[in-house]
Amino acid sequence: MSDNPVGNGHAPAVLKISDLSKSYIMGEIRVDALKHISLDFYSGELAVLLGASGSGKSTLINIIGGLDTPSSGSLFFHGREITAATETELTAYRRRSIGFVFQFYNLISSLSALENVQLVTEIAENPMPPEEALKLVGLAHRLNHFPAQLSGGEQQRVAIARAVAKRPELLLCDEPTGALDFQTGKLVLDVIEKVNRELGTTTLIITHNASIAGMADRVVRLSSGEVSEDRRNLTRLSPSELLW
Amino acid sequence: MKPLQRKLLRELLRLKGQMLAVAAVVACGISVFVSMSSVQYSLEASRARYYSKYRFADVFMQVKRAPEFYLETVRSIAGVASVNSRIVADVTLDVPGLDEPATGRLVSIPEYRTPVLNDLFIKSGRYIDPGKPEEVVVSKPFLEANKLAPGDHITAVINGRKKELLIVGMGLSPEYIYEVQPGAFFPDKRRFGVIWMSRRALESAFDMSGAFNDLSLTLAHGVSEKDVLLQLDNLFTRYGSLGAYGRSEQLSDRFIADEIKQVGIQITFLPAIFLAVAVFLLNIVLRRLVATQRDQIAVLKAIGYSNEDVALHYLGFAMIPTAVGSVVGTALGAWLGRGMMNIYADFYNFAELVYTFRFENVALAVLLSFAAALVGALGAVRKAVLLPPAEAMRPDSPVLYKPGFLDRASLRKRVPVSLRIIVRNLERRPWKASISVLMISLAVAILIAGRYTYDSVDRMIQVEFAEKHREDVTLIFNDPKPPSVVYTIASLSGVLEHEYYRDEPVRMRFGHRFRRLSIKGLQSAEGLQRLVDKNGRHFSLPADGIILTSALADILGVRPGDRLQLEFLQGRQLHREVLVSAVIDEILGLSASMNLAQLNTLAGDGGVLNAAYLRIDQSKAGPLYTSLKKMPGVAGMMMLKALKESFEELIAQSMTTSTFILTSFACVLAFAVVYNGARISLSERARELSSLRVLGMSKGEVSFILLGEQALLTLCAIPVGFMIGIALSALLAHALSSELYRLPLVFTAYNFLFAFTVIVMVSVVSGLAVQKRLSSLDLVEVLKTRE
Repeated sequence: MSDNPVGNGHAPAVLKISDLSKSYIMGEIRVDALKHISLDFYSGELAVLLGASGSGKSTLINIIGGLDTPSSGSLFFHGREITAATETELTAYRRRSIGFVFQFYNLISSLSALENVQLVTEIAENPMPPEEALKLVGLAHRLNHFPAQLSGGEQQRVAIARAVAKRPELLLCDEPTGALDFQTGKLVLDVIEKVNRELGTTTLIITHNASIAGMADRVVRLSSGEVSEDRRNLTRLSPSELLW
Repeated sequence: MKPLQRKLLRELLRLKGQMLAVAAVVACGISVFVSMSSVQYSLEASRARYYSKYRFADVFMQVKRAPEFYLETVRSIAGVASVNSRIVADVTLDVPGLDEPATGRLVSIPEYRTPVLNDLFIKSGRYIDPGKPEEVVVSKPFLEANKLAPGDHITAVINGRKKELLIVGMGLSPEYIYEVQPGAFFPDKRRFGVIWMSRRALESAFDMSGAFNDLSLTLAHGVSEKDVLLQLDNLFTRYGSLGAYGRSEQLSDRFIADEIKQVGIQITFLPAIFLAVAVFLLNIVLRRLVATQRDQIAVLKAIGYSNEDVALHYLGFAMIPTAVGSVVGTALGAWLGRGMMNIYADFYNFAELVYTFRFENVALAVLLSFAAALVGALGAVRKAVLLPPAEAMRPDSPVLYKPGFLDRASLRKRVPVSLRIIVRNLERRPWKASISVLMISLAVAILIAGRYTYDSVDRMIQVEFAEKHREDVTLIFNDPKPPSVVYTIASLSGVLEHEYYRDEPVRMRFGHRFRRLSIKGLQSAEGLQRLVDKNGRHFSLPADGIILTSALADILGVRPGDRLQLEFLQGRQLHREVLVSAVIDEILGLSASMNLAQLNTLAGDGGVLNAAYLRIDQSKAGPLYTSLKKMPGVAGMMMLKALKESFEELIAQSMTTSTFILTSFACVLAFAVVYNGARISLSERARELSSLRVLGMSKGEVSFILLGEQALLTLCAIPVGFMIGIALSALLAHALSSELYRLPLVFTAYNFLFAFTVIVMVSVVSGLAVQKRLSSLDLVEVLKTRE
């Protein structure tokens, strides 16, 4: 357990990050994207990771999601060390436990909304029916529309439905509103908040937009690869109350 | 259906143009392989069946006249399984509706039908009746060419006497699958036919009772043919044997064996080219697909799809078009094979030519294609598998361009920006550009090689029928004639020029190698008959020494300057030595020529003549033919013009068909390569081109940039294709040449012009197809989406 002051003490830590560093070489320059990060995340928590571009937040979320590996340090998910997992184990980890939402939706353009969600429910162990996932994000009426026929906000909601349909323990959202306007962004955040509240999914949202922080249980700020702030909000605002 | 499968199908549909191109190339390769290998198998199987069912002999020998009781001695030779003696003689025929005399080869058959070697297959009509010496069975091609049928009559001049023959049956024999007149090379169905006649009738006509002049035998399994040939030669030399020989020297079998071998060569080279192109196309198409779907691959992996799932998904893009190509190619191959067999059925006279479509061949072809598809897809699939998901989500790093050839200060100002973009693009990926050039050039090469055989045969006709031979008619005497025959011929009205030659059978020996052959003793090589090599070069007749064709020189291992042993097989049967004065690379066959006077001296007799070349006055041809038909000493007549026509007719059909097929396939190949190249360019540069459009460039200017690249590649490919085509033709010429003939290596300007035009046209069509897509590009949409 880290000496993090924000632990809620009741729920066990779902995710335990200790002394995690990541550096890579870009051209001739060595970039230290993450420097000795130690953080714990707890079940049901909605955390916002804030940081400017280049602060290392995307790298962190990619490592948490098993898409990338750290240079040093360790990451435990329910006590199992993810950083020591093989490629096959990482695939299984992503398949069972992680839901991803990306900034650019990354829907498969040749598949309809429903089929994009089925992409996940096909391979997940105990998924919710894809229609139900789409209903959860308010798209029950757009099941058979292709990505090109949906607005940006709708596409992002399909992406969220796709991420949560497998009932992941951890929902990782990388700039989910980055490509959306204010109103649509709020709608998307609403959906994420609803998933967190109704399904109890531990949710990490990374963003450079500080005003989103108000909807979180906990706010972690990253700058230059280090944790510069880790605080808990006394009250969670609803996304509709956010201003940016 | 699973979502990934649905994705695969929908995207295949979206990429249908490119995928169909891949499928078409695979289909071409498979159809060639399937058709050729089925044809090869069918020819081999039909021949084997025919030979065994009708007891085709293993060993053959012609003698002057040998007593029948000698057969017992032959039977006692170790290894001889069965023996059959016959009387065979060539006579002139008077065929209704034909001015000039035709040649009939009379072959004796038992009066009562019993199984014999080289047996008869009665196609229609019936076998001869015993006690009716006028009844004959006649070969099918001759009857059909002359529109004769059982029930009709035909007149033969047998030993100087006209004899009316009644055709009772139409027959075929394994001995004459390829039916040509002795001394000729190409069939002339109208003027040469085989006539099977009762042995008794022939015995009395040629005064051969109790004797034979033709022997065929079969050997027991595993017996050395060479030993038997040697013993036969020892036995029959005194009876005027011309030397025994095996199937490999039997003209008809030799032709079919060569044909089967040639089909085999085509099985390998064409499909290999098509598969190579399919590998290339799949490689570029899939690489581009994986590049454009980086983010999708990342998502699939992020969601939890394994590397195997991703790999299988992208392999599907290679396997489905290959499967479509395999199905279409197999169907096309079956159809083409049947068509080719029909052409062969015209060429060769099989009792039954059964087209056997072999599924083993299909399985092999399909397996090879899938292996090729796998190879083609491997690079791209590997890339998809190795792509780390975190990295894949970031857009591909921008391509690094460097200043290149056109950026040199001296050129910079003169070259417009659009051209600079084209050249820089090619310079950036020189390997890809080179391979694209290579693939288009393969299409050019196939066109060149396809037309090459056409030009080669054209040259063959020119050399054989115009340069080498200038006579109208060749008269073949039934027996060697004394030199005084010249006066008889000269006295015939309508003969303008006459020239004679001696055809002397010998065994040539050099070291341990030998060959049985006839030497042609010529009066001159500047008159009616000339010595011309395959490139049209003329040779003069040396006063001393022998001239060999290069194929014969190779067999004997001799070079000009060597001394060759000659063993004369007739007359005094002297053994002599002669200088090889020149080796000439002739188109047709194995032959040896020398000065007539020297040949007469070497043979040690007063000199004889076997045939005459005549140039005739066409206005007096009718009466001349009539008197020739009556001449007892004439065994047959060859008309140069008729031979040429029949050869052209025979070759024309198969040549036109194969040129058409090769041209179509080359078009498919060129289209597939150029179209895919342009489509991939469009996909890679849609954003760039849209930006240029937004900046104010016209559709034409943007098309120029996109299609200019393909045009440049095509232009580079044309000369490369010419060179590969020449090399491929040389390879073909070498592979398709046999003892019987050698294809001259000739290229006409028309060939190159044809290839050039076809490739340019195909490129323009594929360019237009891509330009249509370019024009319909939604500029805003392209710029809005992330690359």
